[in-house]
Amino acid sequence: MKILTKWLRAYLPGLADDDAQLAEDLTLRGIAVEGIYPLGEPNGSIDNGSVYEMDITTNRVDAMNHYGIAREAAAIYGLKLPELRYALPDARPAGKPFPVRIEAEDECGRFTARVLRDVTIGESRDWFAGAEVATYFALLEQKMILNAVDATNFAWLAMGQPTHAFDLDKIEGGIVVRRARKGERLKTLDGVERVLDADDLVVADHKKALGLAGVMGGWDTMITPETKNVLVEAAWFDPVAVRQTARRHGLHTDASHRFERGADFNAAPVASALVSAILLANGGWIEGELVDARIAAAEDRTARRKPVQLKLSEVWRILGATENEEGITAATVEAVLTALGCGLASSQRPTTGEVSWSVTLPSWRLDLEREIDLIEEVARVYGYNRFANTLPAFGEGVRALPWAEKEAAVRGTLLAAGFHEAIGSSFCSADEGALTAPQPAQVVPLGNPLSEEAGVLRPSLVPGMLAMIAGNLNRDVNDVRLFELGTVFGGTTDKGMADKVEERPALAFGAVGSLPEESALHASRAFEFHDVKGVVEQVLARFEMRAMYFDRFPAEAGIMPEWLHPYRAARAVADGVTVGWFGQLHPREAAARKIDTRRHGDAVLIGELYLDRLYKLPLRRPVAREISRYQPVRRDFSLVLDESVEWETIDRAIAELRIPELVEWRVREVFRDARLGKGEYALLLGATFQAQDRTLREEELQGFQTRVVEAVGKAGARLRV
Amino acid sequence: MTNEAIPNLTAFDDTALDKAFAALEAQARESAAGLDSEADVEAFRLEWLGRKQGRLNEVSGRWLKAAPPEAKKALGVRFNALKEVVEGLLDAALAGGPGDAALKAEAIDITLPGTRRLTGAEHPITRTMNEIVGVFAALGYSVGVGPEVETDYYNFESMNFPPGHPARDTQDTLVVAGQDRKPLRDRLLLRTHTSPVQMRTMEQQPPPVRIVIPGKVHRNDAADATHSPIFHQVEGLCVDANITFSDLKGTLDHAMKALFGSAVKTRFFPSFFPFTEPSADVQISCIFCGGKGCRKCKQSGWIELLGCGMVDPAVFAFAAEKQPAYDAKQISGFAFGMGVERIAMMKYGISEIGSFFAGDMRFLSQFV
Ligand SMILES: [Zn+2]
Repeated sequence: MKILTKWLRAYLPGLADDDAQLAEDLTLRGIAVEGIYPLGEPNGSIDNGSVYEMDITTNRVDAMNHYGIAREAAAIYGLKLPELRYALPDARPAGKPFPVRIEAEDECGRFTARVLRDVTIGESRDWFAGAEVATYFALLEQKMILNAVDATNFAWLAMGQPTHAFDLDKIEGGIVVRRARKGERLKTLDGVERVLDADDLVVADHKKALGLAGVMGGWDTMITPETKNVLVEAAWFDPVAVRQTARRHGLHTDASHRFERGADFNAAPVASALVSAILLANGGWIEGELVDARIAAAEDRTARRKPVQLKLSEVWRILGATENEEGITAATVEAVLTALGCGLASSQRPTTGEVSWSVTLPSWRLDLEREIDLIEEVARVYGYNRFANTLPAFGEGVRALPWAEKEAAVRGTLLAAGFHEAIGSSFCSADEGALTAPQPAQVVPLGNPLSEEAGVLRPSLVPGMLAMIAGNLNRDVNDVRLFELGTVFGGTTDKGMADKVEERPALAFGAVGSLPEESALHASRAFEFHDVKGVVEQVLARFEMRAMYFDRFPAEAGIMPEWLHPYRAARAVADGVTVGWFGQLHPREAAARKIDTRRHGDAVLIGELYLDRLYKLPLRRPVAREISRYQPVRRDFSLVLDESVEWETIDRAIAELRIPELVEWRVREVFRDARLGKGEYALLLGATFQAQDRTLREEELQGFQTRVVEAVGKAGARLRV
Repeated sequence: MTNEAIPNLTAFDDTALDKAFAALEAQARESAAGLDSEADVEAFRLEWLGRKQGRLNEVSGRWLKAAPPEAKKALGVRFNALKEVVEGLLDAALAGGPGDAALKAEAIDITLPGTRRLTGAEHPITRTMNEIVGVFAALGYSVGVGPEVETDYYNFESMNFPPGHPARDTQDTLVVAGQDRKPLRDRLLLRTHTSPVQMRTMEQQPPPVRIVIPGKVHRNDAADATHSPIFHQVEGLCVDANITFSDLKGTLDHAMKALFGSAVKTRFFPSFFPFTEPSADVQISCIFCGGKGCRKCKQSGWIELLGCGMVDPAVFAFAAEKQPAYDAKQISGFAFGMGVERIAMMKYGISEIGSFFAGDMRFLSQFV
């Protein structure tokens, strides 16, 4: 919204501060001036001031016009703001008053109508003091149209009151404000033929709808250069009724903007006089007195509201200390509220000396309703920055979220493993949702999605992770290591309605390309399944659990997630509960995302952990064990196995020996070579023996070795000779 | 550095023995002086102390055997003394390590870059959010969180956005499908701000309350350089007896100094939020130019950073439905909220909000 300082100063001749100071003072009081554009002096003698670009919060519609801002300036500087008044020539008597009837009493609170006859529709000029139409419009770069239109625009810019001028001769009978009839037709000023709804509020005559009340006038009763007689409308419509009508027709006009946020009930006669005065300056006369139909209930809700009680002690309780020691006094409160248009009747309790007021509220400030609203006005006009900076007394102890430490442990493990933290979209397409959801039936669709690709709430972090991996590869960033800690969603439906949406924390990670090592001397190695398995193991190891294991299922069982390679993926299980899946991305899904495996060579590794399940376990608390003083002894076993025998079998066979002195064993190397039999592979097993209380003797070691060879033999391995 | 073979000894009187052993010791010392590498040291050890062909072994084998019984003791004493000398020389050679020539042969290019085990980077949003939370934790604020999918009641109604309130329009809301037949207050939507957690917290806990609420929020916003349908907020709430507007000012002034440096100044402007009254926008003096005016602050010297205000009594009235202690006549409080992306963009010099959500390795690796 644009405001001319020249126009403001016309209302406040005593205003001494310059435009820059005025802008700052207004801004600090919440009437924000976003930009100041000085206007040149066309002939060197006239100071045209500046144009302010304003940004006014929606609750302050009363200040979205010149007079409203002048009122704020008057309050800030303690100036007297003259009342708006426009003198009109005496009316010639009418045979009978122009008929106006408000049928929709809940929606239309006031309707004023004035009949002007023998007017001349033509060019606007600067008609009289207070109606400098040509000057102000030129400075505002507001287009001049015809005086009837310019007059309503001028009243809008001056006081923010929408008005409308009808071609009187096209009105049949009189005015009725009513609900539209379903299917009724109306061509509005924008030239659109509209079919009305029974909920639309219209200004009609005795035959037809003339305009959408408070939104837009009608085409057929529009003022034209041929118009001779005019009916000037200035009214008050209910905010909700106007909003609904405007919404239904997809319209947002100046008029609807104001009415939706609450217009000034008392402004209609003043605006009507201003519009009429401008029109009559070009000739014509008034027929009859102003017709002013009012609904008492609406007036009670606006211009005649019950006074609000305000206590000085409450002002202090809410606002606290000021920088100035005197602080907010009774005089401050009275000066501020009076300047804003309130009426104050003070009283003082004889016993306590407590000062309070009964405050009547201005008709243009429908946002003021309660004691707190008045306290805000006091603080605002006094100036927020004149209050002190104090700190409240300290409360009780600080509590962290119960899972904060666990989340930090997971995040820390991934960061240490070289993965960057990412934040992906909360949404995915319905197809991706179906592909990755643990329970596809529970995917939650959005009612108004941003796009089809973002049609549902993500049931898994995998779609987002895949999108981010593909994005990197498309940008020729070929080493990707990402993880995301985020919320996934699942819904339960009741009779077809999404009833409840459950949110669970999850972890997803993805890797492609080189391991996180940067070396000038050693060739890099690509991520493979066991690298991400190691990460999963390290994450799980942060939690206290009796057992963790990994398994997979035959493809035909339909248990493996479809996005994973069925033979290069695993389920992670902690204490018997599935906590996640990970492995190589299914080549079909890689292709679908245009991840060209030939170009990128390396496999895409991806996984997801269900943190809600993991977080049920306590974090592992480290416990120190006595370190043996006796020499550990390592023995290596070179084993040959059939391809069908997996490590887990060998591992279990050794574990079942339960040799206390066998403190550690692991695979040192797996290799395949031509000297082995067909379908065989070799495995180097390293075992470490150590006792807590003695040095192991050679014959003891021999015994252990024999038992190990025997056990792995039974499990399907033979010693390589 | 081969020494001549051990000569045979013919005379075993003290003088002869002294002479013979002195010659051997001189040889040993000479050999030891030229030891340059580990291999040299090992060769010295083998030459003198080797179990089979070592020179000392030979001495003991040949001289001791040939000595008459009355000379054996004198020879033994001298032999042991020599052995000690040789062992001492060996120890000294081992401790001294290889000489410069040997070390030079092992030279490497230390200007080649170091091998790095790369670690991951915390997301700048996480990092910024933790930093903000940390500042308020130090002021006695606990952390609160709530669901990302909210009901209309918590997101709007209880935050004093009644049905049909125009301020609802400004928060373009993403809604869950299939909610039309439900009562408005139960309809599910993606929270447009973290404020609903204020209400959830007050329902759970009577005053005093002091919480800071980090979280993800969503709006049906078209994406551009500074707008994203996904973003993060940190909200705060402090309720107790005697909490005032000046407490709000002091708290945020302190927090902004803690986040951006003690030279930062704050400025409060009247604003409007349905759930606070009085409401304020807070500006900090530009952290780039110190308030002189620059491109970043559009020459104003100030940067708008957060919204805040005193909790509206209407909000307390909703809380009082479950916790009657939220009586606006007895208690008061303030709330504030800030956009994490905006703060992170300022702190790290990021120009596109979309960078936060693209998972671009090149972007993220800058935050290690
Ligand atoms: Zn600056």
